[in-house]
Amino acid sequence: MKEGFRQSMAWLHTWTGLLVGWLLFFTFLTGTLGYVNHEIDRWMRPEAPMVSTPPSAAELLPKALARLSLQTDQAKSWSIRFPGGRSNNDFQVSWRAQPKEGERFGKFTRETLDPVTGANVNENVRKTGGGHLLYRMHYRLHYMPARTAYWILGICSMFMFVAIISGIIIHKKIFKDFFTFRPKKGQRSWLDGHAVLCVTSLPFHLMITYSGLVFLMFTYMPLGIDVIYGEENEDQFFEEAFDEAGPGPKEIMPSAATSPLMPMLVEVEKYWGAENVSGININNPGRANATVTFRPRNYNKLVTYTDTLTFNGVTGKFVEGKDVNFASQTNNVMLSLHEGLFAGPLLRALYLVAGVAGTAMIGTGLLLWSKKRKAKLSKGGVAHFGIAVVDRLNLGTIVGLPIAIAVYFWANRLIPVDFDARQDWEVHAMFITWGVMFVYPVWRPLDRAWFEMLCLMTAAYALLPVVNLLTTDRHLGITVMHGDWVLAGFDLSCLAASGIFALVTIKAYSKVTSNAEPSILITPSPLREVENYIEKSNEEPADGSVASSTIITN
Amino acid sequence: MKQQTLPLSYRMSVASRIIAAVVGGYALSTITTFIFAYILPGGRAQGLLMGMMISFAIYTAVIIWVFATRSAVRAWVGLVLMALPLGLVYGYVSYGGEI
Repeated sequence: MKEGFRQSMAWLHTWTGLLVGWLLFFTFLTGTLGYVNHEIDRWMRPEAPMVSTPPSAAELLPKALARLSLQTDQAKSWSIRFPGGRSNNDFQVSWRAQPKEGERFGKFTRETLDPVTGANVNENVRKTGGGHLLYRMHYRLHYMPARTAYWILGICSMFMFVAIISGIIIHKKIFKDFFTFRPKKGQRSWLDGHAVLCVTSLPFHLMITYSGLVFLMFTYMPLGIDVIYGEENEDQFFEEAFDEAGPGPKEIMPSAATSPLMPMLVEVEKYWGAENVSGININNPGRANATVTFRPRNYNKLVTYTDTLTFNGVTGKFVEGKDVNFASQTNNVMLSLHEGLFAGPLLRALYLVAGVAGTAMIGTGLLLWSKKRKAKLSKGGVAHFGIAVVDRLNLGTIVGLPIAIAVYFWANRLIPVDFDARQDWEVHAMFITWGVMFVYPVWRPLDRAWFEMLCLMTAAYALLPVVNLLTTDRHLGITVMHGDWVLAGFDLSCLAASGIFALVTIKAYSKVTSNAEPSILITPSPLREVENYIEKSNEEPADGSVASSTIITN
Repeated sequence: MKQQTLPLSYRMSVASRIIAAVVGGYALSTITTFIFAYILPGGRAQGLLMGMMISFAIYTAVIIWVFATRSAVRAWVGLVLMALPLGLVYGYVSYGGEI
């Protein structure tokens, strides 16, 4: 590592990228799908009504309250969510019971109601984790305790941030290379592709990685609270930092009738506009310390978490909010940028594009590592164990994970609706498939495995709308006619994706049969071009990219 | 271009840098977080919140430096040399000193 700054940064970029690249691919892909988690949810719950224009909040409020008042044990809090925005038919009520002895929080129950009848529809709609569960894996992984997942992802995120910064450092002519893509030149093209994908959405990657770390910073950097406030006084820190009222008195306050909510709703809608109440939280309903908080739709606002309006639950009087302090506003903005909840359709599409670019950036980086190592092998050399492992992990992740996600959707349609554990088994199906996708390229020769798995990926997405047609009445024929473009969009996106995968599969097929050029897909037969590249890069690199040989000998 | 076996001393040096980067970086970013809690305006809570948000940038900078510097020994020495004044500043502000 005495070679110099850029070479050591190249080393750092390579290893921070490689060691956790596969997990980062998973995180990026599930996170990108998270930007359309509501939409995926709707597709995965086909029994839910295809409501196009939901009734107004004023019409739904009595139905919600009727359902909530049925609960006999007095709850610690109630919550109502009105349909609208992206959650077009999610009319939900939920409540949290009083915490029992030894619990920090009481039991939480959520029900989805039919907007027309006010009845609980949970019984009619199939149990599924939906898009939310897929998105949750992005920060929570699966099959492990929360803290374990947070720490694993935290380490991966730090690796990723270091990889991004070191990538910027080694990219000498970052502006010129923006417009450089040399196709059909083997390793050169992969490097250009990797660089273009990274650089075009670089601000997004910097933001998303850093804000991801900030999201869980209380887990990663807890010592500040412990040392400065003391472990018992954690709550005090959060109250001061976020200007929140504390959790309130531990004893239950005496009963008091809660003031009627409808006049409050009318006043709030006058202030925010008619369709802009997204939900209501009622804390300590029926008690002397009841409060009613109205939540707005997040349209076009970055500082959203504190934008609520609160009323005293007993007197019905409006309570002035406090000004938000600078630090918590900054925190708020970072989290809002990461989640993108404020994004309208066009911006959300951009988020998706950037997310896909990021996923592809990680994928091309992983493939590039293998390609460079193989180019270094002497004539007729065989890939050693490290390269062989990386190759299988690459294939299993880059092609295998999308296949596994398709299987999650297939399972949603194929597992019987009345099977109790269907939600768990949708996920098991996904991870079992993913596991098999790692075993398959061990068993088959690598180039054949690439082609065959690409075929499988194309078919899995192309046939998904067909499975939808055969198993539900929310298929393209019905959803397009009804004008439900969210549901139709899911099927259409699957078809579009499979179209792109088909093109890649055809390319892979021609590589498998022709065996003409060294490609990432085949254990390389060395060609003049590859040797020339290595010789050239042993001299002072004239064109700004890092010499491959120096990366490999480090 | 043959695959050379890299010497053990090289491997040890890399391992040493990794530990320095991970542990030392965390230590330095944590101390600076504490310091921010006391020196930023708005009170301890706001300062701590800002400090936590900035800490990852500092951690990254330390990691980059540890791998860029000429040797593993320099990395460790540098980390200690950076930690000492930071520790002193922290001691000073946490006992009520004003900056």
